[in-house]
Amino acid sequence: MEKFEKLTGIAAPMPLVNIDTDMIIPKVFLKSIARTGFGKNLFDEMRFNRDGSEIPDFVLNKPQYRKTEILVAGDNFGCGSSREHAPWAIADFGIKCVVSTSFADIFFNNCFKNGILPIVLPQEQVDLLMADAEKGENARMTVDLEAQEITTSDGDVISFEVDAFKKHCLLEGLDDIGLTMEKKSSIDAFEAQASQARPWV
Amino acid sequence: MSPKTLYDKIWDAHIAHEAEDGTTLLYIDRHLVHEVTSAQAFEGLRMTGRKVHAPDKTIAVPDHNVPTTAGREDPSQMTEESRIQVAALDTNAKEFGVHYYPVSDVRQGIVHIVGPEQGWTLPGMTVVCGDSHTATHGAFGALAHGIGTSEVEHVLATQTLIQKKSKNMKVEITGKLKPGVTAKDITLAVIGETGTGGGTGYVIEYTGEAIRDLSMEGRMTVCNMAIEGGARAGLIAPDQTTYDYVNGRPHAPKGAQWEAALNWWKTLFTDEGAHFDKVVTLKGEDIAPVVTWGTSPEDVLPISGVVPHPSDFEGGKVDAAARSIEYMGLTAGQKLTDIEIDTVFIGSCTNGRIEDLRAVAEVVEGKKIKDGMRAMIVPGSGLVRAQAEEEGLAKIFEDAGFEWRLAGCSMCLAMNPDQLSEGERCASTSNRNFEGRQGYKGRTHLVSPGMAAAAALTGRLTDVRELI
Repeated sequence: MEKFEKLTGIAAPMPLVNIDTDMIIPKVFLKSIARTGFGKNLFDEMRFNRDGSEIPDFVLNKPQYRKTEILVAGDNFGCGSSREHAPWAIADFGIKCVVSTSFADIFFNNCFKNGILPIVLPQEQVDLLMADAEKGENARMTVDLEAQEITTSDGDVISFEVDAFKKHCLLEGLDDIGLTMEKKSSIDAFEAQASQARPWV
Repeated sequence: MSPKTLYDKIWDAHIAHEAEDGTTLLYIDRHLVHEVTSAQAFEGLRMTGRKVHAPDKTIAVPDHNVPTTAGREDPSQMTEESRIQVAALDTNAKEFGVHYYPVSDVRQGIVHIVGPEQGWTLPGMTVVCGDSHTATHGAFGALAHGIGTSEVEHVLATQTLIQKKSKNMKVEITGKLKPGVTAKDITLAVIGETGTGGGTGYVIEYTGEAIRDLSMEGRMTVCNMAIEGGARAGLIAPDQTTYDYVNGRPHAPKGAQWEAALNWWKTLFTDEGAHFDKVVTLKGEDIAPVVTWGTSPEDVLPISGVVPHPSDFEGGKVDAAARSIEYMGLTAGQKLTDIEIDTVFIGSCTNGRIEDLRAVAEVVEGKKIKDGMRAMIVPGSGLVRAQAEEEGLAKIFEDAGFEWRLAGCSMCLAMNPDQLSEGERCASTSNRNFEGRQGYKGRTHLVSPGMAAAAALTGRLTDVRELI
């Protein structure tokens, strides 16, 4: 997995609440058996007309947001399906960080597996970042994972919380499966004990 | 020992490793797999030379893409991409040696209906699947939740998941339900109360007399939509209803093992005085047949209600409600019972079980659906379909004018050919009314099976209580 350390990039505002995984990547695009190539269909039904032409009002179609790397979003971002195609599409588009007041649980976990940092902040701070993101390409925020700080284009600094283990994995770009396999003896011991206690499983 | 919740007990029984910061390797008893979210995970194993750690605990079935029309063995019924996904699951199931129910098997169906039906899902288990509606299995008192594809690969390779424990939330439904009110109305009413983010960070335990009174089918409907309330999982403590459902199923324990299992299952309840971080209580008698008006499952109102005005809401929901009302082609103040419907979908992991089909038959027996209505019934599994035929339900449906389909996810998420066209409006027993969920620019109203049946007869959203 790609490491996430420090990112300075354009932030786009998406204040709509409850942006669901069907909006992020509609199911017609879930039929690939690869992990890549989903970026062109990110937010497809909000971003494109049926004939494939762009909807000019949609934020990522505006000239100043075409190279967005940070999304500032409304509450409960990523609700709905477990499809990892949603973070795959976000990452493939080039977005590496999403800020909101809350995220749906499965989406939140899926982000960390794909080098994306989801940041939860209180409403007032999200409002501040949303206002900053409204400035278009002048809104270049910096997200520093090591320091757990976001710096706005005006130089305001906002601290954020992140789970220590997830932070470590993102900073180092670690493969979860490899890490877990190092604990194989614990898993084997659990299986031996569980097969005695609950042999019907 | 301090009192524990049901969730605490199942969690504690599955800790394979716990780090100082609480990061836990949770052992997984059952891993369910379908074709849409697994191909990349199996490919990952292949690329790293890893094997499936416990193929005996891994059960695969294609459901999302499969056509539900007769003659579906003919590959030309699927798009090229769908064909590739189903073929990939065929290959992966064989190559990695996991249990498999192919499209040609009568036991094939929606993964969350097949698991319980075959006795794979048992009380006290941990169950995961690359599908958010894995919450369904919580009805058995199993800790069950959806995972992403990277986690699917992790479970395939290690039979564990890296987890932090969620908080405990109790949702109590007291007293009795009124006639015509179902499990679907309970679960939608709860989401209407808590919002789609209300359960975020929690595992919900559903309790109370109205929950206890539900069949296993109804309990599965309630837990199925725990995810729509944002919860990691929903749980209902096992009881005699659960044991009776499980007993005798193909993969349920037998003989002495059954007795041993039963002894443990009987310890799976929340201890007196255990702590819940959040409690929501609804009175069963206050719940009416409900319907969603918008594009979020929290947009719930009793059928007697009217379409709200965006100014009825606060914060970000004002804009979201305005967007929903426009998308749904509605007017604030419009009576819900004046909303005309052109399509009815009955099925899905929420409401595709035998009891759901019986509820539909009760409403439509001897009647005809409205002229021009497209109404389809898609049983949740081949065995549900067979049972409905044996009970004479299929004949009732066909006589009434419904299409009687083969098993699959179908129009719940419209990955197969069953889709809404632009502007079509559907009364649906499924679980999500998101924009475009059932087809590009399609409009979805979530309802119970009886309410969907009533809408099919009248051509508009209808209070089922007027027809039974």
